[in-house]
Amino acid sequence: MNVGGKPWLQTHWDWHVAVNFLTGGSGSGLLLVAALGALAGQPLAAPTWLGLLLIGGGLAQVMLHLGRPLRGLNALFNPRTSWMSREAFVAGPLLLVALLAALLEWTLLGLLAGLLAVAFLYCQARILKEARGIPAWREPRLLPLILATGLVEGAALYLLVALLGGWHEATLGASVLLLVALVTRILAWRGYRKALQGNAPNEALRALERAEAPFAGAGHVAPVLLLVVAAGVPSAQAPLTALAGLMALLAGWGVKFAIVTRAGYNQGFAIMHTPARGAGTGGLGSKPGW
Amino acid sequence: MTRYVMVADLERCVGCQTCTAACKHTNATAPGVQWRRVLDMEVGEFPDVRRAFVPVGCMHCADPPCMHVCPSTATGQRADGLVTIDYDLCIGCGYCAVACPYQARYMVEQPGQAYREGRMRSETQRENPGRLGVAQKCTFCSDRIDYGEQHGLTPGVDPEATPACVNACIASALQFGDIEDPDSNVSQLLAAHKHFRMHEELGTDPGFYYLWEDR
Repeated sequence: MNVGGKPWLQTHWDWHVAVNFLTGGSGSGLLLVAALGALAGQPLAAPTWLGLLLIGGGLAQVMLHLGRPLRGLNALFNPRTSWMSREAFVAGPLLLVALLAALLEWTLLGLLAGLLAVAFLYCQARILKEARGIPAWREPRLLPLILATGLVEGAALYLLVALLGGWHEATLGASVLLLVALVTRILAWRGYRKALQGNAPNEALRALERAEAPFAGAGHVAPVLLLVVAAGVPSAQAPLTALAGLMALLAGWGVKFAIVTRAGYNQGFAIMHTPARGAGTGGLGSKPGW
Repeated sequence: MTRYVMVADLERCVGCQTCTAACKHTNATAPGVQWRRVLDMEVGEFPDVRRAFVPVGCMHCADPPCMHVCPSTATGQRADGLVTIDYDLCIGCGYCAVACPYQARYMVEQPGQAYREGRMRSETQRENPGRLGVAQKCTFCSDRIDYGEQHGLTPGVDPEATPACVNACIASALQFGDIEDPDSNVSQLLAAHKHFRMHEELGTDPGFYYLWEDR
């Protein structure tokens, strides 16, 4: 038995921060897919406006949650080593270029916004990875998972926008992209969970275990089946495809929310040896909660 | 070069928390904030059970993750190894707190009180509004070190130049000094004892050593 020193769930980053990872990832993914769509001649404005809203909204609410929101611009002071500063540096041009792309509907601007969106998404993934006090976040295999789920969420949102707009070709293309992205995401998830075994506190692993069934089942198996069925049943294609997109999107949000707010157990404390007491000798160490 | 470190002799520490109280008194930290605290760890299974009292706090790492992630450069590092926070620059994003593997950082949003009946006079008089909404942690009593150096005193030897927790320790379990000086108290203790540092595998090069057995 161990008393004292066990890891506990961090409380510094709560749902406010989690929401920024949710909407930032989805918005970035959407801008990327919108850029690809624009290259294929599809409309650019609607998905770009939505991506802009998601990224801007996430950033705005997390800024308001700062301990000292009026000093928010100080976040730009350390691009040399801080991925949060780098995210802030990318966010400015990204929001500006995306706004112009939405207003002017120039493919070139859409492409530039898509590239900046990838950089923004990468910054978000690195922000988590550099949080070395939280074992479930610092695992390098989280990086591909965050990137992959951003792509899934972007493809899913684009699919929903395309269905609403009645863009047939875009719907088809987004469905194929969503399928590929889903496979990539589940592989990234498997890799992340495997790498984390033995490298995170027990409670963090349990939190991820609880997320497994809904993420894999409702977030991957079901959407893939729905997309396949939709391809064979033209009369029900739109609702089935929409449901697939919605499930893939919500699963991504759910797993990121779980990683940030449920699996965010800190390192805890550990000793390599217990001390010698009196005439006794030193003993084995302890790493409670692992 | 100077690098100030702390040494905790686990054979000596009795878990009295006097260091915790001394730190709170010296630095006027808010309720719930303990820059210095002592863990009570029970290790093993009956009948082979051991107990260890383990002082913890900011380890003033040579390679501090909190500093690298800080977007505002509020967290810095002095030439003598002390990791610092500029309360006027900090934006209160909490990134440093999740980057620290020693759970050493705190954030207080509102002035607190220890008792329901109202704030104590000391809480009102010694409140530091500059610490609200920003990250805070152990400073190794840098003001005392600076004072000592300006007056020709030796940190870790002269009490006026030594962290309050070290001065207060009833068992001389906590020691402080310059590890780069081979004649310093901490260098000699480390030479005479087996020791380890916490979470050394994370590569932070912590400036806090634990003695656990004589050599």
